[in-house]
Amino acid sequence: MPFIAATDADRSAMLGRIGVGSLGELFSDIPASARFPVLDLPGPLSELEAMREIEALAAKNLSASSSAWFLGAGAYYHFIPAVVPALASRAEFLTAYTPYQPEVSQGTLQAIFEYQSMAASLLGVDVVNASHYDGATALAEGLLMAYNAGARASPNAATGSGAAAAVPRDRAILCADIHPEYKDVIRSYLSAYPVRLEESELPPEKAAALADASTFCVVASYPGFTGAIGDIGAAARAAHASGAFLLVQADPIMCGLLKSPGELGADIVVAEGQALGNPMSFGGPFLGMMGAKASLVRKMPGRLVGQATDAAGRRGFVLTLTAREQHIRREKAVSNICSNQGLAMLQACVYLAAMGKTGLRAVAELCWNKAHYAASLIAKLPGFAIGTGSFFKEFTVKTPVPAEELASRLSRRGVVPGLPLSRYYPEREYELLTCVTEMCTKAQIELLARSLGEASA
Amino acid sequence: MNLKEEPLLFELSSPGRVCASLPDCDVPATPVPPELARGDLSLPELHELGLVRHFTRLSQKNFSIDTQFYPLGSCTMKYNPKVNEAAASLPGWRNAHPLSGAEFNQGALELICSLQAWLCEIGGFAAGSLQPAAGAQGELAGVLIIRAYHASRGDSMRRTILVPDSAHGTNPASCTMAGFQAKTIPSDAEGGIDMAALKAALDGSAGGEVAGMMITNPNTLGLFERNIEAITMAVHEAGGLVYGDGANMNALAGVLKPADVGIDIMHYNLHKTFSTPHGGGGPGAGFVGVRPDLAEFLPGPIAIKAEGRGASREIYALGMPATSIGRMKAFYGNFGILVRAYVYLRMLGAPGLRRVAEAAVLNANYLKALVEGSYKIKYPRRCMHEFVAQGDLAEGVHTLDIAKRLIDYGFHPPTIYFPLIVPEALMIEPTETEAKETLDEFAAALLKIAEEARIQPGLLTSAPTSTPVGRLDEVSAARNPTLCYRG
Repeated sequence: MPFIAATDADRSAMLGRIGVGSLGELFSDIPASARFPVLDLPGPLSELEAMREIEALAAKNLSASSSAWFLGAGAYYHFIPAVVPALASRAEFLTAYTPYQPEVSQGTLQAIFEYQSMAASLLGVDVVNASHYDGATALAEGLLMAYNAGARASPNAATGSGAAAAVPRDRAILCADIHPEYKDVIRSYLSAYPVRLEESELPPEKAAALADASTFCVVASYPGFTGAIGDIGAAARAAHASGAFLLVQADPIMCGLLKSPGELGADIVVAEGQALGNPMSFGGPFLGMMGAKASLVRKMPGRLVGQATDAAGRRGFVLTLTAREQHIRREKAVSNICSNQGLAMLQACVYLAAMGKTGLRAVAELCWNKAHYAASLIAKLPGFAIGTGSFFKEFTVKTPVPAEELASRLSRRGVVPGLPLSRYYPEREYELLTCVTEMCTKAQIELLARSLGEASA
Repeated sequence: MNLKEEPLLFELSSPGRVCASLPDCDVPATPVPPELARGDLSLPELHELGLVRHFTRLSQKNFSIDTQFYPLGSCTMKYNPKVNEAAASLPGWRNAHPLSGAEFNQGALELICSLQAWLCEIGGFAAGSLQPAAGAQGELAGVLIIRAYHASRGDSMRRTILVPDSAHGTNPASCTMAGFQAKTIPSDAEGGIDMAALKAALDGSAGGEVAGMMITNPNTLGLFERNIEAITMAVHEAGGLVYGDGANMNALAGVLKPADVGIDIMHYNLHKTFSTPHGGGGPGAGFVGVRPDLAEFLPGPIAIKAEGRGASREIYALGMPATSIGRMKAFYGNFGILVRAYVYLRMLGAPGLRRVAEAAVLNANYLKALVEGSYKIKYPRRCMHEFVAQGDLAEGVHTLDIAKRLIDYGFHPPTIYFPLIVPEALMIEPTETEAKETLDEFAAALLKIAEEARIQPGLLTSAPTSTPVGRLDEVSAARNPTLCYRG
């Protein structure tokens, strides 16, 4: 059979060496009544048959490449240069394990170090780890990091020995305009912690002003789930005034053009890194980017790679600060996370290097210009309106007919106009969240506007 | 291996070099308000060939399954079939969006639905979810299910989860994240769970505080827990649930359904048992399966098959279990990994799965037989898919030295210093995909190293010498960390 090397001759030689008469004897520790059950699985297929089946299944999905694509909402259709998968899928990267043996893992380790360096620069933070499962879990673990760190050291906040008995910092303020699924993940992750999660419908700068001495963190998206760009700088000042951390979830492509959250004062910055060279792949695997100020590094979850030298003075890279992690600290670890999204992170690393200083800005500018052009066309359609103030590549569209109806009708004709917001918010029946990236041509944008107009006429 | 120092991307950068090729803007430009615009973006500037050489050279500084034997215990470094990659990279998967609606993603939902069903069948579980992105996340989901189960019964006294001392570190860490205290249960002289200690932990009022137990079986010594039925019965009698850590499922798929011996909840790592690549640290995927009365606590959404929808094209849909512990990540798990596992299972079928487990156990026992004359085995029982040897060969020589010397012989070292209960542990898992010749060569290297340890220990303590760098000063690296390029 495929994938197993042992021949009948090998097997009998090996059994002889072990000193048993049959394979079955090797399993004598398994309770006899339950040993070798009958499994109701479909029969084995050859590679040819399996590929045929999988190709038929894959063909049953709507592919962004064969449509005019304006749907984002957490998974984005961006250009991936051929060099990205070509390099990231090299077997020496693909089939290696976690780099626990640094001498034979310098390829993976240096690539992580380079990713950490580029991502830190992009997000405007001192340190970025080797990645989390996705943007949502990075956000949840970022919030846990803020909780574990307690109060932010701030000259304006009442801290130190002279202060009155500290109120426990157990309150987090979440701006409501965060991806609804991310908020769900926060609730799952924090369900066992004595933490008060409060949602505020206010924009980030006003929500942050609600922080008090019991608040450990204010959480905002930049841009918000519905595309709006809030005043992150003002939010940082307001959160810091109460000694609370500001945690920002960002769009990494947008950070190529607009100020980074770190530059605006965020203490912890997380992002969904899929847009950086990873396909949408029905929602995964993606990568959660996680960065923070240097003062938080020993509370940070996840793998970190640092520079080191050997006895001969040669530069190398190692997994470092592992005393934070579960395989060393067990129940006292800062998180149970073990893996990182190695391959997705490597794709992001090659992507950032391939785009480079000018390319990433160019991609972001294309998104900005095309999104604003699309919004300007849609705004002119009778019965339609653009609902977002400042935005980057995603904005809300008020529709004259139910958005779900529009989306379904247009999608069947090859124009996917965005996400009907009623999927998450039943009351928002007449709103579409539309996303425009560099993948959309002028003709497709005009087709979108025309199709929206016709479908609601 | 490529031994030459490779500069960092930033050191290779040259102002004005460009790799990306992007279209001109074909729409009217909209100015970016200056208060929003960022200044400099510090990313490297390379041309395409420079980039290709850089990452190709980096890749050549790695050991990998495709280039070396990689017998890492409990990591199941089996061959990752190329067909998996071909299947996962089909445009119909790559360009499928998670929110375009069930009507437009029937292929993806059917795949998830089928894979859920097969993985349930392999373990004997009634329902399962593919939401978790990794084994550790599957554990967290499982422990949160234990918490939700007791809460649903109004039982708030159960704050403890029992964890054997041979368990992976993720087990106690997952307990902490789910609000439980992990209580360690020692191993007995045979390498199994100490039944007297277990009984004491479950007796009387102590038992009323036990929410459940986490068990890895075969355990991290590579030994099947022979008392498994008595253990699960004892935990159940005390009112607790039993969580199975499926890290070592490669020994059991097709051999034993864990649910048949009383496991209530279990995760498997698709990147171990089901052949998806480890990718230098991930992504993985962590299916979690449960017994019937726990199905509604599963993390969601999960894929469901809707019956009798008549003319509607919508057959497969997504649904959230009624009392779900919630979402573990956005969307539906690491889907691209699920495609790979699907293809693997489809090609193996039930007979193939059993042969995989048999060959994995055969390879481990054969390798153990080859080396046990030279290396101590603390628990010399018949092993399952892996075994733990000891590296205390001679005065002044440690397991770390053996591991590093193996590198000079062209082998990736086994897992070392784990499990914690075996001093100087070398945890060796050959997997079923390795040929007898490879096992013979690896055993020969281990025996040679045992000899060197007595005659020329310096060869071990100064190893490796065949790699781009020698042993790195990890202590200094952690004391004063450099985590980013500082130009």
